Formats: sequence, C-alpha cells, structure tokens
Amino acid sequence: MAMVQPRSTKYRVLASHLGMLGFIVIILFPLLMVISISFRSGNFASGSLLPENPSLEHWYLALGIPYTGEDGTVTQPPFPVLLWLWNSIKIAVVSAVLILALSTTSAYAFARMRFAGKGFVLKSMLIFQMFPPVLSLVALYALFDKIGNHVGWLGLNTHGAVIVASLGGMALHIWTIKGYFDSIDRSLEEAAIVDGATTWQAFRYILLPLSVPILVVVFILAFIMTIMEYPMASVLLVDTDKLTLAVGAQQYLYEQNYLWGDFAAAAVLSGLPITLIFLYCQKWIVGGLTAGGVKG
Amino acid sequence: MMRIILKWGVLAALVGMALYLILALYAQQEFVFAMLFLVLTASAVFVFVHKKLYAHRYIFPAIAGMGLFVIFPLMYTVGIGFTNYSASNLLSFEQVQDNLMDRTYQSDSIRYDYGLYQTDAGYVVYLEGEHQDLVTPPLELDGSEASVPALPASKRPAGESLAMRDIIQLRSNLGSLNLLTEDGRELSMASLRSFAAIHDQYTLHDNGSITNNQTDVTYFPDHDTGFYRSADGDSLSPGWTVNIGWDNYLKVVSDPTIRGPFFEIFVWTLSFAVATVVFTLALGLLLANLLQWDQIRGKGFYRTMLILPYAVPAFISILVFKGLFNQNFGEINLVLEGLFGMRPDWFSDPALARTMILIVNTWLGYPYMMLLCMGLLQAIPRDLYEASAMDGAGPVNNLFNVTLPLIIKPLMPLLIASFAFNFNNFVLIALLTGGAPDIIGASTPAGTTDLLVSYTYRIAFQDSGQNFGLAAAIATAIFLVVGALSLINLKLSKVKV
Repeated sequence: MAMVQPRSTKYRVLASHLGMLGFIVIILFPLLMVISISFRSGNFASGSLLPENPSLEHWYLALGIPYTGEDGTVTQPPFPVLLWLWNSIKIAVVSAVLILALSTTSAYAFARMRFAGKGFVLKSMLIFQMFPPVLSLVALYALFDKIGNHVGWLGLNTHGAVIVASLGGMALHIWTIKGYFDSIDRSLEEAAIVDGATTWQAFRYILLPLSVPILVVVFILAFIMTIMEYPMASVLLVDTDKLTLAVGAQQYLYEQNYLWGDFAAAAVLSGLPITLIFLYCQKWIVGGLTAGGVKG
Repeated sequence: MMRIILKWGVLAALVGMALYLILALYAQQEFVFAMLFLVLTASAVFVFVHKKLYAHRYIFPAIAGMGLFVIFPLMYTVGIGFTNYSASNLLSFEQVQDNLMDRTYQSDSIRYDYGLYQTDAGYVVYLEGEHQDLVTPPLELDGSEASVPALPASKRPAGESLAMRDIIQLRSNLGSLNLLTEDGRELSMASLRSFAAIHDQYTLHDNGSITNNQTDVTYFPDHDTGFYRSADGDSLSPGWTVNIGWDNYLKVVSDPTIRGPFFEIFVWTLSFAVATVVFTLALGLLLANLLQWDQIRGKGFYRTMLILPYAVPAFISILVFKGLFNQNFGEINLVLEGLFGMRPDWFSDPALARTMILIVNTWLGYPYMMLLCMGLLQAIPRDLYEASAMDGAGPVNNLFNVTLPLIIKPLMPLLIASFAFNFNNFVLIALLTGGAPDIIGASTPAGTTDLLVSYTYRIAFQDSGQNFGLAAAIATAIFLVVGALSLINLKLSKVKV
C-alpha cells in the first residue's frame, strides 16, 4: 500500500472497476453471442442473447447426428466436424511429439556443449523463425508435390506432409528449452560424467527428469500452434475428409451456403477444449512465447 | 555389439531410402530437388559418422528441418521470382516438347463410315472404305479394350447394324477404341457415324523447330518467353519455365495495373501493422496498469476475463467476427440498427472493411500486449511511484514520465516482432475478408483489405493465371522487409548465446 494517497483515489478505483467491467462485457459479447446462436433454431434466426426457443439442432449436426425437425424433415450434418477435429488432434499430437523430441535434444547441445558455429546457428534460427511460411508456400507446395511422387505418405493431400512441414517452426521451442536448461545448475551432470556416465546418459537420466515442466509447456505450445496452423494446411490438404478444423471451419460461412447456426455449434464444440487448455496453462505459455524473443 | 549392428543397419537403411529418392528425382530431371536431398543426406552421414561432430548429432535433425522447410523454400521462392513459372509456363522444355509431340489430329481425307453389329461373340465394327472395307474382331465394348486390329473384309456381318440410339449409349466406349490397320494406320472415332485416321499433329526437325502437319506452320522454340512461336508471332501453349531476369520486378514497377494495386496494398499493409501495434499496445498497457494497481481487488477474475480473446483459437474467433459483422444476418448490424438505425456495409465498403479488420485485430491482439506489459511493469521499483506521488504527479504524468521510459527499451524488440507478425498476418485477412472488396482495374486479384502476404497468396493460388513467378517476386520483397526487421530486432534485444 502506498503511503501517499490522493483523496480522489476512491472514485478512481470505482471508475476503474466500472471501466474494466464495461470493457469485459464488450470483449465477451462475440463469445457469448456465438454460444447463444448455437442454441437458436435455423441458420438465419436473430434474437436476444437468451434464445427464446432453445433448440439442439445445431449441436446434433455438429456431433454428426442427423437432426429431425418438428415437422419431420431430416437435416444431414453439413460437414464432418468431429472428423476434422480428430484430424487436427492427430496431426497436432504427432507434430508436438516430434517437435518436442527434436528440439529437446538440440536445446541440450546448445545449452551444454561447445561446438563450432553455435552462436551463428542460434542467431540464424532467431532470424529465420520470423519468416512466415505462407510466403514460401509455392516452394513448399512444389517440394511436397515432388516428394509425393516417390514417397506416397508425404505427398500433397496427406497428413504426413502437414506434420513434417510443422517441423520447420522448431526454433522458438529450441530457444525456450535452452533458456530453461541454462537455468539448471550443470554440476549434477558433471558429477555424473565424472562417475562414468556418457553425455547421453547425463542428459537422459539427470537433466530430462529435472525439465519436465518446460517439456509439458513446449508440448502444449507446439500442440496449440499446430492446431491453429492455417496457411500450410489450406494448401496441402484438399479432400473434405482430410481437412483440419482450421481449414474446414471456414466452409460454413460461404456466401452461397451460409450456415451461421451450424458454424456456431461447431465453433463452440471445437474451440472450448482448446480455450480451456490455453487458460489452464496460460502462465507458462506466455512465458514461453516471450522467452524466445528476449531472453538470451 | 548388437547396438553397433543396429545403428549401422538403421543408418544404411535410411541412406538407401534417401538415395532412392535422389535417383528418382534425378531421373525425372528435378535437379534442384535431387541436389537438395543429396546435400541433406551427405551432411547427415558426415555428422553421424564423424566422431568429432558428436554435438552436431544432437542439433542435426532440427537444423535439417529448418533447412528443408524454411531456408530451402525461401531460396527456392527467390529463385522462382526470376522465372515465368505460372499456370501457362508450368512444365520443363522437354515436357512441353513431349506434350506437343504426343498430340494428334484426325484426318479429313481418310475416313470410314461404319456400322456396329451385334453378334453372338460380341460387337463388331464394320468400316466402309473407298477401296477396302475393314472389320474388327468381336468386342465387349465395356471400356477395357483400347487397341484392336481392323482387318480387311469384303462382307458385312450378318444382321442389321445397330440403331443410332444404341450407338449413342456405347459412344464413350467406342471413342476409346484405337483401330490398327495392316498398313500401320491408327483410326479413331471421329463422329457418331465415322472413324478417321489419326496423324501426329507436329513433326520435330533437327534444328529444334516443329511443324504443324495440319496447317504447315513452323514454330521455333523461344527460350526468352518460354513458348514455341511461329514467324507471325503465334505461340503454342503450354509453355515452359524460363529465366526472365528482373521482369517480374519491373512489372511491379512499370505495369500500371499491377503498380497501382501493389502500392495501395503496400501502404495499407504498413498502416495496418503500425495501427495494430499502437492500438493493442495502448489498450494492453492501460489494462496492465489497472491490473497492476494495488487498490484493485479481484485481479484474478479480471485477468482471466481479459485474456479470453487470446485463449480462443484465432481461426474460430475470426470466423465468429465474420458472421457477426455480416451485412444482413450479422448481430452487430442488428444492434446498430436497433440503436442508431444504420446498417453499415462492412464487407463492401473499403474504409469500413479496414475499420472492421482493425477492430477485430485489436480484439485478438491486446491480451498479448497486456501480458507483456504486466511482466515488465512488475520489474519497475515501487518507490519510483512513491517519489513521483510526493511531487504531486497524477496517473498520466506517471505513465509518460516513469512507466513508459522504463519499459520501452525491453518492449521494443517485442513491438518489432509484433509489427513483423502483423505485417504478414495472413490468417486474419484470409478468413475475415479474403481481401474483399476488390481494387478496380487490377490485372491480378487484389483487394483493398489485402495485405502484401495475402496478395501474393492470391496471385499464386487463387487467380486462374496462377502467376507463381510474380507472387515469388513480391514474396522476395517481403523477405527483405522481414529480414531487415529481424536483424534490427537481434541488435536491439542484444541476444547473448
């Protein structure tokens, strides 16, 4: 508590509370609206925030169950949302595991070993991480096209291609893990090596168990970033049943086929788990996001 | 011992697979890609065999990943920027030549009327020639037969020829037939009533020129434009990819239908990125200051609520806004109509569309700035504010004389990174407006809300012309901007390694 308080403080506190609450109402309006819309019947209905005739129509469709209306008409689910969600999760989990494995071992070398070109490589990684892959899409498309002629599961329109392509964005994670390794005292590992452990054993049995928290964070971060990846997946994936959620979701809102209500249910269904994971891990995630940029 | 055998076995298997890929690419004349994988495999073997490079084994997979999916595509894109690679010039010269040599046309002079007869053994095609009639062996006509002989005949098969109605039903299967005569001619269906001889469309000469056998026009390969061209200037499609030097760049500067949109988009991209950074920083800093204030209770609640826009996946919230801003069904227009009686046209008016994009992006981006500022504010010693309060400073004075000077330095690299990110904020534009409304008079797809990066994407992937070369040239220009920004950033943040 500060010692010197102007008299107007009480009013300013009140104004701050009101201001922030008002702001939060505006900020949350779109999110509340979309939840409300997912319970309205029809795709064009408008109404208040609390739907007058709540209907589970869109939720049935989002879950892939044909919906029978009151007048007996049966609506088929427009898109395989659950399949898209499954594709997204599959790609994201495999990517995150690969990214975690590869960036942990690299970060170990960067944090503990001396070798030629270390500083140069680390700095170049920081620079290249800023180049968005969307700009080299033509080249990436050509690359996977050529590989796909000989290695089928890595070609265009395969999940393998999307997974492998996500490995290009490892620099950020390497920096995050390296920062954490740097903060762990290396005397334990040195003692183990004096006792006859190999470098690999020191890494595997001493450093890794100490670093579980950062590994969890990097895994979640890599997972979320792959789930949200749009440009690469939108070019590499073609078939409807191969799409990820990020690419497929926009198909609800085409001018000619505007399925606002169905979209709302699908959005809540797929967005909620990701949002909750993010909120739960936000402290670590934010630390990880900023570490790559500022920490040495 | 087992481990050593296993290790070498795995290594040998991987190298074998890589060599197969390299050879296959080489055989298809994909020299750049063959070279890429050769370099990658060779360096992998070198690193994993060389004892002294032990540390490099750990970093090799990550470096290889970056090399393959970031650095190589970047260089390849720069390379494409100097070519005319596009939908009309997609193939290599050899592929174009093969393609043209494979073309055929049907003769006008050598034609046969035919009749189709159904016999016990199957369908029989009977061709009536001027000098010699031909007949095929019995056929199934189920689409599986391609080349069948047509032998000289003198007598029609027994029975009536099938009616036109039945021939129409069998049309596609008849069309796929290739009849081979004894003197080496090929015949194919020319119309419902006739078969005609097939001739090669082009003849290749020793000097590389080709002649159209139908029109007798000769075309010469023009390696400056990547097309076969005749003396009159007619060109044959498809063309092949050739190096055209700086032409793509010159086009951006000199062609008014590209220059105009390009500069409009460039200015908008800059203003969008600057405005986003300013808005999100202002809002984020203000909220961070409020949350940092000792007098405020319930910080955990506020923090979680304020962070929500950041936690929702962007591809979902952008689409939510797309629906909410919809001109006819959108909830935002319903509210505005109820309150003020207006229905702004968010997607077809350029100024409104840009306003909407800034609103949405501020919504998406302020929590990140808020979190950054909260971290930085915590590092400011509290007694500085005590001292300024003694001097009678209010909150505004505090902000500009104490807080900002202290946090601007650590904040700068993050602001530049945010600028660079938004400069290339493809997902926002692609999902929200798709660049609409369009710029009038542009020869390439260009919209008033397009950022440079979505503009290049549309040139490459949405336009029917698919002008990869031009898109790559513009991408190269963006690479330079991004590269400069990240170098500045590296200097400012004083990275130690």
